[in-house]
Amino acid sequence: MLSKRIIPCLDVRDGKTTKGIRFQGNVEIGDPVEMARFYYEQGADEIVFYDITASSDRRDIMIDVVDRVAREIFIPFSVGGGIRTLEDMRRVLLAGAEKVSVNSAAVREPSIIREGARAFGSQCIVLGMDVKRVEPTREIPSGYEMVINGGRSCTGRDALAWALEAEALGAGEICLNSIDADGTRQGYELELTALISGRVGIPVIASGGAGCIEHLFEALTGGRADAVLVASIVHYGTCTIREIKERLHELGVKVRRTWD
Amino acid sequence: MIAVVDYKAGNLRSVERALNRLGVPCAVTADPDAIRSADRVIFPGVGAAGAAVEDLEAAGIDRVLRELFDRGTPFLGICLGAQIILERSEENDAACLGLLPGTVTRFPSPLLDEAGERLKVPHMGWNGLRKRSNHPVLEDVRETDEFYFVHGYYPRPAAERYVIATTEYGTLFPSVIGTRNLVAMQFHPEKSGAPGLRILERFARWDGRDAE
Repeated sequence: MLSKRIIPCLDVRDGKTTKGIRFQGNVEIGDPVEMARFYYEQGADEIVFYDITASSDRRDIMIDVVDRVAREIFIPFSVGGGIRTLEDMRRVLLAGAEKVSVNSAAVREPSIIREGARAFGSQCIVLGMDVKRVEPTREIPSGYEMVINGGRSCTGRDALAWALEAEALGAGEICLNSIDADGTRQGYELELTALISGRVGIPVIASGGAGCIEHLFEALTGGRADAVLVASIVHYGTCTIREIKERLHELGVKVRRTWD
Repeated sequence: MIAVVDYKAGNLRSVERALNRLGVPCAVTADPDAIRSADRVIFPGVGAAGAAVEDLEAAGIDRVLRELFDRGTPFLGICLGAQIILERSEENDAACLGLLPGTVTRFPSPLLDEAGERLKVPHMGWNGLRKRSNHPVLEDVRETDEFYFVHGYYPRPAAERYVIATTEYGTLFPSVIGTRNLVAMQFHPEKSGAPGLRILERFARWDGRDAE
């Protein structure tokens, strides 16, 4: 039986992780390669890097990070942030990432999904979605609207309709982030997650809002998520990946429990 | 030297990186002569079997792979490499290499788990193996080990004796198959952490004879 995946997410700017990361009892580490290895050894099922480097002429730093990560960890990892063209995708994949994630660029130019899937395979193409709850309207019947540019711009697009369209275009997976829940540590947006995951045929990773292990449990059961993205809950030492998995196992969720 | 067959200009270096980590010499190559002179060969890959076989034929690599199989060279297929070795694929109804009798088939639709919940296709993520026989390459695989899969089709050899291990995803499907010097797995050992690296390490030392 397939395991539910636990996926740490690292924000990287100019080659360094942005959140001061304090592992339990350990010193602060800001090197994405070291952190990736730490989570890999703890049993992370996959790792997501989100490049928030502001200026495009510094993007080569991220390619170097990807290359070094690929030599150190032997699980899949994806890279998102600033991916706009097929060439952007090619560089990241060649450097050793398993998947690329497209977000704002895909909303503006949906054909990037189809072209990416055709060139590299659907399994490579993750659709990142930032979603905000709104009053249902004729344009947004699901009551969830797509937002872009890190949540700053509304698009007037219905999130469920976009998810289905992106799947038809060839997206292999959806990473679904709730702008409302993000940073609250009050739990994932379960209604949204269940809505999207119940309708698409591709895996959905829940993102935004985790404050404790029970939140992960809720997303993976009631929320019908195939995987959960975790950030501050592991970065700040609330719990380790291993503790998360032991607890989820006790709660009856199938997770991968090998640690070496 | 292990030849890692790269029939489509290098977008799959992860097998090479894993072998580098293990200190196993390898060359990623599309050159038929280099492949022919290797003492082991790995065929990795993702995508559709039919298109891959066409590319292999165009590059003259299909003949070399048959030759190596006949000669007894240890041969490891990964993911797509576990599919192209069969006779046909249902994906675009394409002819494959036919090293092993059988076909590549799509997961049934709808695919349901034991509770009747619909399962997603592709099968993406970590899943276990149930060994049918004690193949030397799987020697270190423990019951709790899991491996990284991503595929919508799976290999279905014509006879049970070609099935080395199975995996459960709505249905019990062959996840490791082979015969003689050929062993092929639907999952990615190079992306499956330490248990996956142990499989590659075993393959690097395997003499090409199966247990029986």
